[in-house]
Order: sequence, then C-alpha cells, then structure tokens
Amino acid sequence: MSRKLLLKNDHIPGIATLKTYRENGGYTAMEKALKTMSPDALLEEVKTSGLRGRGGAGFPTGMKWSFLAKPEGVPRYLVVNADESEPGTFKDRYLMEHIPHLLIEGMIISSFTLGSNSAYIYIRGEYFYVSRILEQAIDEAYAAGLLGKNILGTGYDLDIYVQVGAGAYICGEETALLESLEGKRGNPRIKPPFPAIAGLYGCPTVVNNVETIAAVVPIIEMGGAEYAKIGIGRSTGTKLISASGHINKPGVYEIELGLPVEEFIYSEEYCGGIKGGRKLKAVVAGGSSVPILPTELILKTAAGEPRLMSYESLGEGGFVSGTMLGSGGFIVMDEDTSIVKNLYTFSRFYHHESCGQCSPCREGTGWMEKILHKILEGKGTLKDIDLLWDIQSKIEGKTICPLGEAAAWPVAAAIRHFRPEFEAYVTNPESIKDVKHYYRLNPTV
Amino acid sequence: MVKLTIDDIPVEVPKGTTILQAARLIGGDVTPPAMCYYSKLKTSGGYCRTCIVKVEQGSEKDPRPIPKPVASCRTEVAEGMVVRNITSPENLEARAGVVELLLVNHPLDCPVCDQAGECHLQDLAYENGKEETRYEFERREFDPIDIGDKIKLHMNRCIMCFRCVKVADQITDGRCHGVINRGDAAEISTYIEKAIDNDFSGNVIDVCPVGALTDRTFRFKSRVWYTKPVDAHRNCTKCCGKVRLWNQGEEVLRVTARKDQWGEVMDNEDGTTAWICNECRFDKKHINDWTIEGPSEINRHSVISANHYDTLRNIKMDTLRMLGGKPHGEKVDLGIGALDPNNQHKQ
Repeated sequence: MSRKLLLKNDHIPGIATLKTYRENGGYTAMEKALKTMSPDALLEEVKTSGLRGRGGAGFPTGMKWSFLAKPEGVPRYLVVNADESEPGTFKDRYLMEHIPHLLIEGMIISSFTLGSNSAYIYIRGEYFYVSRILEQAIDEAYAAGLLGKNILGTGYDLDIYVQVGAGAYICGEETALLESLEGKRGNPRIKPPFPAIAGLYGCPTVVNNVETIAAVVPIIEMGGAEYAKIGIGRSTGTKLISASGHINKPGVYEIELGLPVEEFIYSEEYCGGIKGGRKLKAVVAGGSSVPILPTELILKTAAGEPRLMSYESLGEGGFVSGTMLGSGGFIVMDEDTSIVKNLYTFSRFYHHESCGQCSPCREGTGWMEKILHKILEGKGTLKDIDLLWDIQSKIEGKTICPLGEAAAWPVAAAIRHFRPEFEAYVTNPESIKDVKHYYRLNPTV
Repeated sequence: MVKLTIDDIPVEVPKGTTILQAARLIGGDVTPPAMCYYSKLKTSGGYCRTCIVKVEQGSEKDPRPIPKPVASCRTEVAEGMVVRNITSPENLEARAGVVELLLVNHPLDCPVCDQAGECHLQDLAYENGKEETRYEFERREFDPIDIGDKIKLHMNRCIMCFRCVKVADQITDGRCHGVINRGDAAEISTYIEKAIDNDFSGNVIDVCPVGALTDRTFRFKSRVWYTKPVDAHRNCTKCCGKVRLWNQGEEVLRVTARKDQWGEVMDNEDGTTAWICNECRFDKKHINDWTIEGPSEINRHSVISANHYDTLRNIKMDTLRMLGGKPHGEKVDLGIGALDPNNQHKQ
C-alpha cells in the first residue's frame, strides 16, 4: 500500500461531519498554523514542500502565492476552483463529497498565509448537491468557532462563501471563473494583469484547485521538507487520479507521484487491469485535453524507460511522444475503441464549451467537429485529415485562454499517433466495421 | 520613453503604449490590422486575433522570446523589445489562419451588403486571406433583425468584435444590447422586444468593422463608392455636430462621424472623440442643414479611395456647386496632393 495523505480517512463512516473529522486529527494542522506559525513561515513550508498546482498546469503553489500583490488597504482573496469540468476528471468531487472539512481546513491555513479574510469556493453547477455538503460543513465550522470572527481566539477573521456556477466548462479557466463570480458573463480575461495583481473585484487574488488547497493540510501537519520526500524529483507528494474507461476498477485513487503507469493500470490496488482481459490501446493520462498516447508510449517513454505517473515522466518527449499529467483524469481505452469516434466526442465537447470570445476557438472548434463527423459518416477524404491537422495548428497558441489548446491538442495527438485509423475510415470503411462504437454518433452537428 | 523595433524599424514611444499603437506611429504595411481594437473605446481589443505579432525578444532585461504570438493591441511595449510582423512568414501564416477562421461562417454576401467598399473584413481578407475557402459545410445563419427604426442587425456578418457593446457601455446612457449564447452560437442581441433607442446609439454603426450593424436610412440607397464624402458641420446641442456627409449630387444619402486612416472616429480639438448624435445622423438629411467644409480625406484601406479619387475634381466641382460657388469663410483648399490616396500610403 502506498502512502495516503488526502484520502487516508475517507473510509471512516461519518468523516464528512465535523465531530468525526476532529476525532481523527482534523483541524490540528490549522490550529498549529494559526497559533504557532507566522504567514511567512507557512509560505516557506509550502515552498519547501514543492507542491504543484493540481488543477492541470502544475505551477508551483508556493511561487504562485509569493506573487500575490499586497498593497495597503486593499483586500486579498483566496478563490478555490471547484469547477471541475475536464472530461475524465472527478477527483475534487470525491474529495468535497466525502471529506469537505479537509478543504475547509486547507482554506483556513491558506487564507491565513495569504492574509485574506474572505475566501470563495466556486463550484460547478452540476455539483449542486456537493455545494450543499460544503455549506453544511461550513455551518458546522462557524458554530465551532473555526470560521468567522476571531478564530480560536487568535484574532484572525475568515469568512468562506460557496458560489455555484451555471455549468460552463470555460468557468474553470481562472479569469472566466472570476468574471462569473463577479456576476458577469464567464469570459476569460485578457492577461496581463494576472489575478495575483488584479483578480476578484480588481483585488489581488489567488485561485487554486480544490486538491491543491487540501494538500496544504498534510504539508503543515508533517512539514514541507517531509512532504517533499514523498514522490519523485520535482513531482512531490501524492496526487488524486480519476481513473475511468475500460478498466476493472474505475474510481479515484491517491497515488504517490512516481508510480509506474503500468503498475497503476494493471495492479489490483489500482485499476485492476483492462476489462475482459482485452488489450490496452491508448490512454488519455490527464483529462481530455492532454495528448492521447498509444500503449507503447504510455507504458514506456520513447527512450524505453518505464513511464511514471509524474509531471516530468509523462511530459518526457514533449508532445511528439509524451503527454501531460494534467488534472489526473486517466482515461483508459481498450483495443476495441475507435480513436476517431472518441476524438469526435472530445471535439464536440470543446465546440459546445467554447465561449465565443476570440475567433480561432469560436470558429475552429466547430469546423473540426464537422470534419470529424464527415469522416465518421464515411464521406471523408485523405485531404480532410490534413485539413484537421492544419486547423488545429491555426488554433493552438492563438487564443486568449487555454481552451484553444485544449481543443487542438487531442486532435493533433490522435492524428499523430493513430493516423492509419483515420485513413481507414476514409479509404476502407469496411475494415473498421468490427470496431465497437462506444460513442454514438450525434445525428445533428 | 521606451525604445523597441518593429520589423527592424526602431520606434520610441511612451511607457504603457501597446505594440499596435507603436506600429501605427510607424505606419504603412508594418501596422497590424485590427478588427476589434478601437483606440477610443476602453478595454477593446484582444478578441479577433488578427493583430497578432511575434515577439522575438521580450525586452532588453529578459531577452527570451514570447513563446506564443501576442495580440499587439493588448500587449504593452518593453525596452529593447523586438517585434516581427510582416518580416515573419510564420506570423503572416498564423494571421492568414485567423482570417480564414473569421470567414468560415461569414456569408460572403458583399454584393448585397451596404458595408461593401468600406468593410474592414473585406480589406483584411483581400490583404491576408486565401484565394479559396476550405470550408464546405453550411454556414451559421441568423435572421436579420431591426433594432429600432434606424439600425439593422445582420448577425450573420458579425465577427464578435464587441465594439458596439463597448460603445453602448461607454458613450450612451445605458446599454440594452449585449452578447447572448456561447461559442459559435453567440450573438449580439437586444433585450427581448427592446430596441436600441438612445441619442448616441447610432455610433454602433460607425464602430462596426463589418456589415453587421448598418444604417436603415441608407439601406440599399447606393454603393458607398458612388457617393461623395464631404465634411460638414452644424450647431448641435447634443454632440459636436462635425460629420461626414455621403452625397449623390445634392442629395445627402448618409451621415456618419468623421473617421481617421484607421477607420476610427476622429478626435475633436479638445481631445474628446467626435461621436455624433442620432439627430445629426438620421434626421438631418438635407444639404441646407449643413455647412460644408470640403471633401473628406478617405481612409487608406478603403476601395473608395482606390476607386474614386481620379474624380476628385468632380467632388470639387460638386462641392463648389453646392456652396453656390462660394465657400464659407476662407476659400477651401481642394489641392489634390493632400487628398491623394497614394500620399496616405507613404505615411
């Protein structure tokens, strides 16, 4: 059994309640932080821990926090990004649903470190029931004096608010999230300025993923240096992985970073192998937007080294032969999966979720979806495959926010690694008739 | 002051200037096209991505290149910055890609569009687009609607530049239109059944870079290049009263604000922007309502300048005829040099 930090107590009945959470050591890290440590010392611990953002980008959290502007007389905000919408990712939901107090404890420590007296949880609309669990936990914390004025007699005040979004993927982009939180249309802002300088209501703001903030609790509990010993290289600590697809045991797993991908897929402790004993075909390792990799490249790097679950190892080879850890949405596809149909589903999603603000993404995502639809109908030509490649290259890097990349990368990777399959759809549709179609073709685009 | 180079041409500008503004100081082909940016409107720009440039060196202090193309309209200059626009084939290719994407859902109905001839998208496509379209699917369609009795909205032609939204926010006393829906289904719309009705609402027509918002009082009256633009003014209590009349013979077909070489409404002498009110724009359509100043300088982009200035003499004659042979006050200098479109290219 590998080490668990976030999910070590998730099996305990009633852990969602404050009473059981405290009986199992809850809120001790927060007491330690507020009563015995200074914000500067806390920031140092987080920096030492090497914690990197768990939402997808993997930016060092301590560094992000140190960028926060601190002008006199201006409030600072902590915003927790719980708009978990990346297809294949459901770890934050699990965490908030089962151990809501871990997030709240992490938010108190983080807000204290950042000098913020108001913190927000922006949660996606589809997680409405989770927002109720959070509200309940927050109410409990207020009643116990863990939130509100003068927390535990330390003189520190903090209010936490939960805001439910309306179910738009784009609102997971941090500046679109802030716009939405302010009550406006959820369009990404043009950066700079970054939220650390001008974020929520124009004030300095830190936006972090749920899991990142939760990880602050064990870091303060054990000390940053101890936390940094877990994991491998610059990928320190543990990571929640949402495993889905054609595996025997889908679910949320906490892994120590550095676990071999092969072990994660085949060991009984985690995914338990491919369903029905079929062969592995491909894996999308970090949520739908990261490049898909075929079996030979996901189990081993191009250099023949075993591929590990870490920011560096998954990224090895760049996008030519590597991918990204991303948000940890680990989608496994067996040999019967149609990569083209899967890509169509992804493209349909990004077309639907584009905010429409900037031209390449607004127009390009729909175009790519239409071409894929045409190919799946058996009306495609070889030229269409090249056209798809060209369109994705015209979107990537030309947009205001990363949704453009998120839409372009899966297309590029699928064509790069599975081009013969696209060609088969075009030149010899008969040859692929045995491929089971897990994804139903949408009759209307 | 900050020193930088754009396509190897050195330029010095105040701190806080954007790359696009710096490029406009140089002028000519070095200046990136801008469809959504409008210098007179706060927070405009950044959406259309046609003004993208390559930053080969971020600054003197940090000489690393910026990895992605940047929107020059929203990126501030830095000391020692090295910017490439037309000297980077890669950048021109990226821009051509943006232009192609802007056109995939555009109806290309220039033959029946009132904006043709003064349309920035037409110019953009001509200068940066490809000869043929690779898009073979049905184009997105919306029904044209009348927003109020003076303004027509053809959403099919809209490129979502947000300029009209910003005009309503910043120069009228209340915005009642905005963007609804999302992605490629997003559209400009008014609140249900509500027309744009405001003394300055007509300015949305002037800022629209395409034929999405057009003047209903000018609808199908004439192609713009058959009209003759003259600058004129009147005493107006609501606005500056300085306008451009688009005439055919003695008939005033259309009234717009005066625009500069970038297609933006010009400034008044006191530095404010010369937006015009709806009364001047829609209701003063008689030549006697106006004091004629003389023929207008026409934007370098426009086919109006390419097609029309061989007949500058005719404008001169028409203008003099309108003025009864006697210009108001000083004799108007209609010297051809100042108005020669070729001169403007050289700027």
